[in-house]
Amino acid sequence: MTKNVFAHETTLYENKFPVEGGNFDKAGQVSSQIKAILKRMKLSSEIIRRVALVSYESEINIVSYARKGHIHIQVKPDYVLIEAIDEGDGIPDLELAMQQGWSTASQRIREMGFGAGMGLCNIKNFSDFFRISSDVGKGTQLKMVIKIDKIFDGI
Amino acid sequence: MDLAAIVKALGLKVRSGADLLDRKVTGGFTGDLLSDVMAHSSEGNLWITRQVHQNIIAVASLKDHAGIVLVQGNEPAADTLEKAVKEKVPILVSDLSGFETAGKIYAILKVRGV
Repeated sequence: MTKNVFAHETTLYENKFPVEGGNFDKAGQVSSQIKAILKRMKLSSEIIRRVALVSYESEINIVSYARKGHIHIQVKPDYVLIEAIDEGDGIPDLELAMQQGWSTASQRIREMGFGAGMGLCNIKNFSDFFRISSDVGKGTQLKMVIKIDKIFDGI
Repeated sequence: MDLAAIVKALGLKVRSGADLLDRKVTGGFTGDLLSDVMAHSSEGNLWITRQVHQNIIAVASLKDHAGIVLVQGNEPAADTLEKAVKEKVPILVSDLSGFETAGKIYAILKVRGV
């Protein structure tokens, strides 16, 4: 693990939300909770919009492809860190997985409008920093940072 | 332009959020791929879709949409309706196709302004 240069800064909020694999009835609940918390913290709507998207796409990926996982969120004065860690089959070819339109989603998932091969690209586009790693047979780890500008984003 | 004016102009059936029709509509977005809607729609948009399952409510709520229009007379699933009430997301049903629904709403917003 690389040293976090912001580690000395106060943590304004931190939590770990479990996400159930395969349960589409609950899909999106964690992201809704995170959005409500950031709203109460009075972060700018731009930051909330980006965190909500990153969190939602990560949550849907866990629900769609993993057995279980969790979303870890940490809010510091300078940034929001979002990590999505799952236990599942993992991704054998990350380069392929990052290609817009590439998806291994089942027909059932696609019929609901998920699995269009846009999720990981969206996450990358809406984050300031994005890292993905995966262990085949074990699971996938996503790490995203969204920067907070003190002038533009409040806090 | 508020939701009520669009409901009236298109003769939409209100399935949830009858008390929320004073919401302002800032524009519209048409799409059935949820990631596309998440990435490209905006706050206050009226989301036009043929998806009727409950996951559309989380998307509309996360994006602060003004409401959802289901096209071709598609009715929301029972659990979708239940969530819509809970999350305060107006669901409107149009008997027209997606193309005609979007065209009419676009014309209204362009002519009368948002």
